Amino acid sequence: MTLSVEIGHAVGALRLDVAFEAPPGVTVLFGSSGSGKTSVVNAVAGLLRPDRGRVSVNGWELFDTEARRWLPPHRRRLGYIFQEGRLFPHLTVRQNLVYGRWFAPTRERRESLEKVVEVMGIGQLLPRRPGALSGGEKQRVAIGRALLAGPRLLLADEPLAALDEARKAEILPFFERLRDAFEVPILYVTHSAAEVARLATTVVVLEGGRVVRQGAADEVLSDPAVMPTGVRAAGALLVARVVRHHADGLTELDAGGVPMFLPHIDREAGHEVRLRIAAHEVILSREAPQGLSALNILPGRVAAMREGAGPGMLISLDTAAGTLLARVTRRSAEALALVPGARCHAVIKTVAIAPLDVGGV
Amino acid sequence: MGWLGAEEWQAVALSLRVSLWATLVALPLGLFTAHALARWQFPGKQLVNGLVHLPLILPPVVTGYLLLLTFGTSGALGGALENIGIVFAFRWTGAALAAGVMAFPLMVRAMRLSIEAVDPKLEEAAATLGASRPWVFVTVTLPLILPGILAGAILAFAKAMGEFGATITFVSNIPGETQTLPSAVYAFLQVPGGEGPALRLVVVSVVIAMGALLASEAVARRAAARVGGA
Repeated sequence: MTLSVEIGHAVGALRLDVAFEAPPGVTVLFGSSGSGKTSVVNAVAGLLRPDRGRVSVNGWELFDTEARRWLPPHRRRLGYIFQEGRLFPHLTVRQNLVYGRWFAPTRERRESLEKVVEVMGIGQLLPRRPGALSGGEKQRVAIGRALLAGPRLLLADEPLAALDEARKAEILPFFERLRDAFEVPILYVTHSAAEVARLATTVVVLEGGRVVRQGAADEVLSDPAVMPTGVRAAGALLVARVVRHHADGLTELDAGGVPMFLPHIDREAGHEVRLRIAAHEVILSREAPQGLSALNILPGRVAAMREGAGPGMLISLDTAAGTLLARVTRRSAEALALVPGARCHAVIKTVAIAPLDVGGV
Repeated sequence: MGWLGAEEWQAVALSLRVSLWATLVALPLGLFTAHALARWQFPGKQLVNGLVHLPLILPPVVTGYLLLLTFGTSGALGGALENIGIVFAFRWTGAALAAGVMAFPLMVRAMRLSIEAVDPKLEEAAATLGASRPWVFVTVTLPLILPGILAGAILAFAKAMGEFGATITFVSNIPGETQTLPSAVYAFLQVPGGEGPALRLVVVSVVIAMGALLASEAVARRAAARVGGA
């Protein structure tokens, strides 16, 4: 599938001018609040009528203002997962799930209720009403409902933003399953770098209504020019393979030949996982550190540096495991004489890698 | 019915018939009006809103007189309607019209409140799932506002049962044709020895009104429990 989006729209003070093409998989619209992400998704869904533009999914035109073509939302064959779930309170979970299916043409009913219920783990919820569900359960039902409508494209607008950290950790794997177990492409909106790292095939970075960067997830996340230096969101993506689980509760991984140790990961040996290494958790050292408690030390070279507004700066590092991002103070960078090309070691504490930052490939 | 005299029973039966018809006919019109006032933007919206509420704030006698001017045999619409066989003047249908007009604002208010309470985001969600506008209304909006519709209908029925001023002005007080329960109470009180029948009708009136009120409360409670979960 290719999703082709071109939208020009003025909403309040924001002037939206967005154009991108997305390959199959999960496309994440990433940006801070007010960058226009939700407007883009709503225009794709037909809930917002933009001043100009066109959107097509696999060559199927949803709208084209020049050709005066506008499909109403109910004829777009999309599945929309909203931030607040938006389950119908007067229907049971089962009735909610099959709601969209009822309107879908028979040949478009690709997924069976049984499979969706099993993958989302909502079998025991079927007779209940949404009022009796927890936030996480509601969101799982909402995912299932969108999926069962037989969509050609799934939209998700910050589907985890309304949940607490524990619920986020509970729901994220379901989006990974959605990506892996079903063929439907996904356009996913978020401002969380952790979600980008776990889900994205392609990232489209929005800022002030414009696309500032688009590319594969690992490229974009490790680019210091894109990631804001001041915030905790910055962090690069590594892919590593599980080697074995140790008796002391650690999991040993192999990241491009470099051994890494993480708190226990619930995956069998041989599986690949994505790790998001938050930039502020990385310490840099010019010499190979000795007598240090940190278990993960990756040698590499400085690839790029970017100064922020404050005392910090963002440094990207080429290592055998992939590109890493490190946030250090300008003072440290001067003291270590860090310049592009300089050799140094990245030190990461084992416990610094949050469970939310570990996911399937 | 031994407890009620023939004339009293006639008044009760007529009142029930008049109120039922008034409520049934007002229901779709009220729902349409409430939906338009709650969800649509159109020129003259405030004027429509004012017209709907007029019977609530005008003296009932004035409303009745306006009905007589409009729907009387020599009225603006009355003559035309008479040609196609619809007569309101001094018929029970006229009593139903008067009751319906008087009950209309109460019905619309209850329905409008319930429509405004429905989150438009749910209707959007239904649209993204493939439901066209009529389907969204039938499968999402309507079930969610059902308590409001029922409350509005019960309120309108109770109001129609008690309507007096507009009815007696428009269609007079003819036993067996236009003498509703309140008109009958009034008529009994005008003659010596009429207190007994009047009092019995008052009891009937109180029972029906209380019954309607309790029914609407029960409906609201059940609906709230259903949507609230469990």
